[in-house]
Amino acid sequence: MVRNEYGKIISIEQAASYITDGCSLMVGGFGGVGSPPSLLQAIIEKGVRELTLICNDTAFPHLGVGPLICEGRVKKAIVSHIGSNPIAGQRLHDGTLDVEFCPQGVLVERIRAGGAGLGGILVDIGVDHEWLAAGKQVIEVDGKRFLLELPLTADVSIVYAKKADPFGNLIYDKSARNTNPLVAMAGTITIAEVEEIVPLGALDPEAIVTPGVFVHYIVQSNGVNWKWIWEESASPNGQRKN
Amino acid sequence: MDMGRERIAKRAAQELMDGMVVNLGIGIPSLIPNFLGDKRIFFQAENGVLGIGKSPSKGKEDANLCNAAGYPVTVVSGASYFDSATAFAMIRKGLIDVTVLGGLQVSEKGDLANWMVPGKRVPGVGGGMELAQKTKKVIVVMSHVSKDNEPKIVSTCTLPLTARRCVNLIITDRAVIEVTDEGLLLTEVMAPYDVEDVVRYTAAPLRIAASLKRVE
Repeated sequence: MVRNEYGKIISIEQAASYITDGCSLMVGGFGGVGSPPSLLQAIIEKGVRELTLICNDTAFPHLGVGPLICEGRVKKAIVSHIGSNPIAGQRLHDGTLDVEFCPQGVLVERIRAGGAGLGGILVDIGVDHEWLAAGKQVIEVDGKRFLLELPLTADVSIVYAKKADPFGNLIYDKSARNTNPLVAMAGTITIAEVEEIVPLGALDPEAIVTPGVFVHYIVQSNGVNWKWIWEESASPNGQRKN
Repeated sequence: MDMGRERIAKRAAQELMDGMVVNLGIGIPSLIPNFLGDKRIFFQAENGVLGIGKSPSKGKEDANLCNAAGYPVTVVSGASYFDSATAFAMIRKGLIDVTVLGGLQVSEKGDLANWMVPGKRVPGVGGGMELAQKTKKVIVVMSHVSKDNEPKIVSTCTLPLTARRCVNLIITDRAVIEVTDEGLLLTEVMAPYDVEDVVRYTAAPLRIAASLKRVE
């Protein structure tokens, strides 16, 4: 029997109350894999608007953060790509969605910096790239040029994990880990949706990926309510027309 | 399946050696594992897997074990899972031996454009910039010409760049071209095309290798 000894285990409805109009929302996941399905569903149902979304990508139209984009709940997205969600492309073109593109590795490192309390990071990715470097401070260290990239944090971070204990210690499942440990660190409030809540002491301290100190609330997942992209399409191996 | 794409993938597979750590882009690169024979390659994916194996058989897919394109994969013995920041640490530190990426344009200096067509498609760069800029060897696989029959190998890219001077080798349905300090070097021509075809549909100066191979 799991005891809610830290008061962190709450209902999905209670969790959704932390996500309000105009807030910044950071979401774990990569192409929808590892995004928290029940929390995202609750946010849609609650009707929250004007969100600033920070996520690896805009997923696919019907899964992950995709529906938030498709239903017009997001005013600005900070992501590395939108290619798998054509509605995001349409909204970008018709001006109903503002997109700040960030190279994937820079994006996750900015999130990590936000979660780690750093003031910025120096990266040489795109330092000579007119579009990416535009408006950014260049800092020279030992004769090498770097862009100063700023940390990212959010009012609320939502992540998906395989198991949590009542303190919020998290372990993940295979490639569904992706951006989740980083996103978990970067929220002012972090909510973890998990497949299973286990008693305190049931997780091996050596195996814990996200220490519970980063996690404010835990909700029990209802499971994925979408069809995966590979369940719908006959195309194997992730082949897409280029 | 378009035979041109298969042929490009098969040729690119020859560049991958036993023991290498390799990152494959989406599209044509994803066909490469079909042509590796017994070679043991550690495939890395940006979402956080090192040691991707074959595609699972139907019904054996695991939604939590996917490649960077969101499609199910398996892992080989010795594989590891990690977060995306660690995935990009490997990339930026130069630990990836080869990346094979799709391309929209490659310039004679090895500049790569593969992430957007202004006014048409703005998919975003994903992890392409890091891979192009930091991988030891960057191979671009693409059709030799666009759908409008325009050369994709050019003197100067007109599309927004992914990274400058990053491409080492270009493999198309018509040719294999090395990017060298002295410019582009044509090393292989794929039948039924001949050198004249390749030169005509390449909008950049091409030197012809003395050891030029004709591939049937």
